[in-house]
Amino acid sequence: MVEFLDAALLARVQFAFTISFHIVFPAFSIGLASYLAVLEGLWLWTGRDVYLRIFKYWIKIFAVVFGMGVVSGIVMSYQFGTNWSVFSDKTGPILGPLMGYEVLSAFFLEAGFLGVMLFGMNKVGKRLHFFATLMVAIGTLFSAFWILSVNSWMQTPAGYGINDVGQFIPVDWWAAVFNPSFPYRLVHMVLAAYLTTAFVVGGVAAWHLLRDKTNQSARIMFSMAMWMAVIVAPIQIIAGDFHGLNTLEHQPAKIAAMEGHFDTKKGAPLILFGLPSMQDETVHYALEIPKLGSLILTHDLDGEIKGLKEWGPKDRPNVPIVFWSFRIMVGLGFLMAALGAWSFLRRMQKKLYETPLMLRFATWMAPSGFVALLAGWITTEVGRQPYTVYGLLRTSDSISPIDAPAVAISLLAFVVVYFAVFGVGVVYILRLMKRTPDTDIPNDYRPDGAPTRATSMFPTKTLSSDDRTLIQETGSKTNGN
Amino acid sequence: MEIDLALIWSLLIAFAVLAYVLLDGFDLGIGILFPLFKRGSERDYAMNTIAPVWDGNETWLVLGGGGLFAVFPLAYSVVLPALYAPLTIMLLGLIFRGVAFEYRWRSENSQWLWDLAFFGGSFAAAFCQGIALGALVQGIDVVDRAYAGGWWNWLTPFSLLTGVAVVVGYILLGSTWLILKTVGPVQEKAYRYAKPALFGLLSLIGIVSIWTPFLNPEFLARWFTMPQIIYTAPVPLLVLTSALVLLRGLKQKNDVWPFFASLGLFILTYIGLGISFFPYMVPPSLTIWQAAAPDVSLEFLLVGTAVLVPLILGYTAYAYWVFRGKVDPEEGYH
Ligand code: HDD
Ligand code: HEM
Ligand code: HEM
Repeated sequence: MVEFLDAALLARVQFAFTISFHIVFPAFSIGLASYLAVLEGLWLWTGRDVYLRIFKYWIKIFAVVFGMGVVSGIVMSYQFGTNWSVFSDKTGPILGPLMGYEVLSAFFLEAGFLGVMLFGMNKVGKRLHFFATLMVAIGTLFSAFWILSVNSWMQTPAGYGINDVGQFIPVDWWAAVFNPSFPYRLVHMVLAAYLTTAFVVGGVAAWHLLRDKTNQSARIMFSMAMWMAVIVAPIQIIAGDFHGLNTLEHQPAKIAAMEGHFDTKKGAPLILFGLPSMQDETVHYALEIPKLGSLILTHDLDGEIKGLKEWGPKDRPNVPIVFWSFRIMVGLGFLMAALGAWSFLRRMQKKLYETPLMLRFATWMAPSGFVALLAGWITTEVGRQPYTVYGLLRTSDSISPIDAPAVAISLLAFVVVYFAVFGVGVVYILRLMKRTPDTDIPNDYRPDGAPTRATSMFPTKTLSSDDRTLIQETGSKTNGN
Repeated sequence: MEIDLALIWSLLIAFAVLAYVLLDGFDLGIGILFPLFKRGSERDYAMNTIAPVWDGNETWLVLGGGGLFAVFPLAYSVVLPALYAPLTIMLLGLIFRGVAFEYRWRSENSQWLWDLAFFGGSFAAAFCQGIALGALVQGIDVVDRAYAGGWWNWLTPFSLLTGVAVVVGYILLGSTWLILKTVGPVQEKAYRYAKPALFGLLSLIGIVSIWTPFLNPEFLARWFTMPQIIYTAPVPLLVLTSALVLLRGLKQKNDVWPFFASLGLFILTYIGLGISFFPYMVPPSLTIWQAAAPDVSLEFLLVGTAVLVPLILGYTAYAYWVFRGKVDPEEGYH
């Protein structure tokens, strides 16, 4: 094995790789589960069929996304032990029970009702089915609650003691669960999941509206998504600002890296862009607005902000990664708010569905949530290096006593399998999104669900039906490709 | 009297693992049998019997692993590195198996590929679980709160044997589940496969039982000295009884008994293993008490467990109730 590829670095790459794949699916599952619950609720409440059609459109996509979330998640819960055994031994007494609660209160709830949600519409009746959908949605939120508590504890540990074998032991559970950064992270992450989903739904709807602006389902989807954008995106910006203030209090080195500040300054500027260099300890070609950095972070034009030189080179996170990922996230956040505002304007002018440029913009923004989400996590996680438990346990001291070749081989296997399996999954999802919403295959809930073929625009060949070919046909006929 | 929290937790974790083995056991067994069913309708039918429940079944594995992290962090951080390769392969296998449930219906031309993934993933996961079991039984070295062996120590003839045993056992569970849930050609095939699986499993249980006591002198003492033998002797007898019940059920074409008799077989062998293990969490290095987290952690999670596990069992039972009875062969995907 090449020498510089030590086991610790490989384990870090493996963790970063597998969690980055994982988080994409949960974020979408969290948002979609809530969206589906809303749709089914609207259907039950208003009795309008169109909500059921939209529900059926997205539940297929949800099933695929959820499946990928589950299998990638199981890898995560075992990876703590295989690759980070010292970390597991030391933090287990605190983090273990929190993750245990996640399994008991969230994973079982999701999995237990998922079967009824996907397959039971005709078996249990509308109301119980709605209940199952709600339970799945609530389960995803419980899951976010616990796992973010875990992650936040690692960022801002609280309520702990240390015993004679060096384990972190709980002293005050309340303080540990509701540790200082947890409320901010939870709010920011759940909003991120909702925004991510809203932009996917909006993007898909916009794409179909560009082909047929009268499509009723697509119009409703687009309208709902744009309400989310105009309301939630600004809230997310405010939540992010509060989150940043909290980080300044507890992890000032991370903030310094995000902002690109090397020197401690009063009245620090806001660096918009530039090329941070860790070696030269400066940001080259910085484009900056004087004093604005201090204003944002301390709400005082001459507030003091600590620079990275306050910490030894060994205690600093990687500045360029944190600096850039933070800007990507914030940039996308403002773009999302901009689309929200634009859509609001057009809605007031009653032209929401008749602005091709905006629809095209919305189509392009479909994946923006995922990018912002990953950029945000990279900011958070790289910014807290070189620690796994901030200030207390170094990443290099957390690792399992495993030989580098073992980690290298498993890393390789994960990379190959993830790209193949999840790549194919993404293709299937895109294919599902290509179906024109109103002409969805109606006989979903066979056998008892009497086929409601009236809505279909295209004559179907067989009744027993194979939705795969039909989907492709429908897709290609309407899209002309 | 002090409540022995570590002991309670070891029983709870053992319960979670048993629940996993029983429930996902029949899922994986169906996956292993998959190539023997006709492409298309027969395979669709077999898969539909488990599609609504497999995710819940697999969650018990997360509870087993996550629970170990929570209440026996030292065992978790010793066992997982020791079983690095088999566990990694198991996880990859579970990925293929899990996505196949959704992907199969989404692809026309490459359905055979996901059928293969379903089979391969199920087989790999089952085999590696068996290997992990064997590796744990034969013992794991611990020095200074860390795994002290190499990354190939798990690979021995014994662990390969337990790997095969688990695969065969899951085939038995899977085929008897199909007997319970299906009609027609699929059920007939399941009847045919259950019998050799039963005989195979019985002989493998026999070999493993004779071998195990010689791996560790303490196991030997547990099984063959007075007065322990009074408690241990009924186990093999009960195993034989369940086997007979199973055989009779198969002969009389009873749809229900074979499945429950297979569950009985698994539970009894599991109890047998428990007898060998106790009081070790990781034989021969860590006892339950050495591996346990501090009492505050055990207590904190126990409170929630006492409330949530009955709830979980309740709604899991409800989900099985919703999908009770024979599965309609015509029933399509959601
Ligand atoms: C903010 C949300 C979030 C975050 C940060 C994570 N997860 Fe996750 N996870 C979920 C939200 C989620 C979810 C929404 O609850 C999933 C996605 C799809 C699903 O089935 O549940 C899930 C699934 C899921 C599963 C499968 C559950 C099942 O069998 O149903 C496991 C074992 C994990 N996760 C474990 C982890 C670990 C160990 C993480 C950290 C290292 C992690 N997740 C990060
Ligand atoms: C869900 C979104 C998440 C993403 C995208 C993410 C991403 C990352 C990345 C990129 C790193 C590598 C940092 C580096 O090595 O420089 C990392 C490290 C780490 N993360 Fe996260 N993380 C996420 C959530 C979590 C959660 C919820 C936990 C805990 C439960 C966690 C635990 C860790 C640990 C232990 C490390 C240290 C190992 C390492 O340095 O690679 N992460 N994460
Ligand atoms: C312009 C507005 C935004 C601001 C000011 C902002 C601010 C922040 C800050 C300061 C952090 C780092 C927290 C830490 O120190 O650990 C963060 C993390 C994060 N951001 Fe943002 N953010 C914004 C927009 C977004 C958007 C639009 C998304 C996704 C749709 C997003 C997703 C995330 C995620 C997933 C994390 C990591 C988890 C966490 O620490 O909460 N952010 N954000």
